[in-house]
Amino acid sequence: MLNVKSVHTYYGNIHALKGVSLHVRAGEIVSLIGANGAGKTTLVQSICGFNRPRKGAIEFRGEDLSGRGAEQIVQQGIALVPEGRQIFATLSVENNLEMGGFIHRRRPDRIHRDMDRLFERFPILGQRRRQLAGTLSGGEQQMLAISRALMSRPQLLILDEPSMGLAPLVIRDIFRIIGELRQEGRTILLIEQNARAALRIADRGYVMETGKVVLQGEGSMLLRHRQVQRAYLGKGSKEIWEA
Amino acid sequence: MGFDTDTDTDTDTDTDTGEVAGVIQPNLTVNQGENMPIWEPAKECMSRDEVRQLQLERLQATLNRVYRNVSFYRKMFDRIGFVPEDDFADLQDLQRLPFTTSRDLSDSYPYAMFAVPLREVVRVHSSSATTGNPRVVGYTRRDLKTWSTLVARILSAAGVDTEDVIQVTFAYGLMTGGLGIQYGAELIGASVLPTSVGRTERQVRIMQDFRTSVLVSTPSYALLIADRMEQLGIDPKTLSLKYCVCAGEPWTEAMRLEIEQRLFVRATDNYGISEVIGPGVAGECLEQTGMHLAEDHFYAEIIDPVSGRVLEEGEEGELVLTTLTREALPLIRYRTGDVCSILPGSCACGRTGVRRLSRLRGRCDDVVIIKGINIIPARIGDLLERIRGERMLYQVVATREGHSDQLEIWIAVTEELFFDKMREQRTLVDVIRNKVSNFIGITPRVRLVEKSSLQEENGVVKLFVDLRAAPAA
Repeated sequence: MLNVKSVHTYYGNIHALKGVSLHVRAGEIVSLIGANGAGKTTLVQSICGFNRPRKGAIEFRGEDLSGRGAEQIVQQGIALVPEGRQIFATLSVENNLEMGGFIHRRRPDRIHRDMDRLFERFPILGQRRRQLAGTLSGGEQQMLAISRALMSRPQLLILDEPSMGLAPLVIRDIFRIIGELRQEGRTILLIEQNARAALRIADRGYVMETGKVVLQGEGSMLLRHRQVQRAYLGKGSKEIWEA
Repeated sequence: MGFDTDTDTDTDTDTDTGEVAGVIQPNLTVNQGENMPIWEPAKECMSRDEVRQLQLERLQATLNRVYRNVSFYRKMFDRIGFVPEDDFADLQDLQRLPFTTSRDLSDSYPYAMFAVPLREVVRVHSSSATTGNPRVVGYTRRDLKTWSTLVARILSAAGVDTEDVIQVTFAYGLMTGGLGIQYGAELIGASVLPTSVGRTERQVRIMQDFRTSVLVSTPSYALLIADRMEQLGIDPKTLSLKYCVCAGEPWTEAMRLEIEQRLFVRATDNYGISEVIGPGVAGECLEQTGMHLAEDHFYAEIIDPVSGRVLEEGEEGELVLTTLTREALPLIRYRTGDVCSILPGSCACGRTGVRRLSRLRGRCDDVVIIKGINIIPARIGDLLERIRGERMLYQVVATREGHSDQLEIWIAVTEELFFDKMREQRTLVDVIRNKVSNFIGITPRVRLVEKSSLQEENGVVKLFVDLRAAPAA
């Protein structure tokens, strides 16, 4: 569904992505893990049209995304749940969701139907539909951010660090929601620093380091992989090149 | 090519499968199309685009890793100014890199080309070396897992399932053949008889008593077994044999037919090479239309063994393999020395996205070039054998007249060939000339000579003599 081929992107002057390739097939959850500064978010920005790659190609459902703006990319069927949630704090929950359905603005009936469905799914949001989003708790805001992304009826949902800044119990809820989305057959690219949780839920995973993909494979395999255990799960010993 | 394998009941396998079984493997055997089991349909039946995307991703990760972890490759890349992250954007870009040769591997004896510390290595195999040091091959736990899966793929494709009793006549030792096949067969759930090589009579006995349904052997050993059964007066129809899984040496369609007819089996071809993993690199399915490459784990190129130029699909040349998932010993553009081609078109079995290898034609070291044409002297022997129905003593000789190369085939005159009738001799020579000409595209000069005129080496007649450098006698 999504094919990223040898993408090079700069973040300011920094060569943040150095030939990154990855793919996501329909119905998969693919996790992208890596430390701070590995280039994960830059990759998300490249896919979503915020930061154009200098080299390489990004194809979505067979179409080249290069040169398309963020809005066109949403129309193509990619929705982003951004890092730090980025909800519209001064708007109500409902208004936030309407913004998410922006590309379907000519079909208000559809927007309302989708919104009702989301309120069924996340009753807490339904209860607070008229409340300002900024007054929600962190976990609720994350639910809202996910719901907002779903309003565009995406083919591919990208979640950038959904667990960031949330309490452990709330993180569990968020991963449960991600698991449910997957059950519904949604395709998800999950960017996470929480390697263990992200790989556990994933079909496949990629490990990024300093702008490059250094490992990839089935989620369960990566979880047990020495290099991942060492770098992200705090186990293991030195590598050849460190000795 | 060629593999044999490793020793005793190994503890790795136990911990290996114990830890992981049921988590990622084994995958469900699914029936595709006409009841032909495919071990990992999601991998084996990927579309061409998916294969190429996966190869790109894995190759990028491999290049990054070898650049960081293997000094041999770091030096190689630095020497030509190749920075993986900048200079590798497309599979084609791999062609910028030099080849890795068996010499390089021998020179790094034993562990210098390993990409992981030895504590990550759970198995070491080694391939025999005719000259220089042996080539040592390491496996991490994950490498062994990959290996099992790949062999399970080729065995499944060759008809093996849980019901089968599989007799493995490859060597169990430092070489990879026996244990490699064993892993795959056990992963499938077949009952493995690790009989290893030799003691043919015992092999036949076991085959009878243990009701072997799958024989794994070299093609020539399969025929030897057939001979032995004939001598012992055993009717192969009374055996339980269904399949013969062949590998380890170049063979011909005629040999396949003979194996199938004499042992009452379906015989399939597969390819492996210890340096990249062992058995499991490519294998035929029951359609018998060429060997499906595990392209999600290996990137294959066919090159002209002399110029190093990458050849087109269908052209015959040396197989060059790059590993895409190997952890302990990743190899970039490894020259296998095996001559084959990548077949055009696709197979009816459903594995349409991956390409197929033709059967092996021989070893590159055996290739001689006459008039710009690659010739394998041993294949000329096969041809002669087909003409006369028996092996002839012969020698392929390259000579030069003026500026042009000549191909000569010298055939030793034996009692049988020494018929008085000049006319028959001449007919034979004509037939040989025509057949060879049709086969390789150059018309040879065929000479019947005394056996003593054939050059020998260590008491064996050399298959090829090059007289081009020396002034013609």
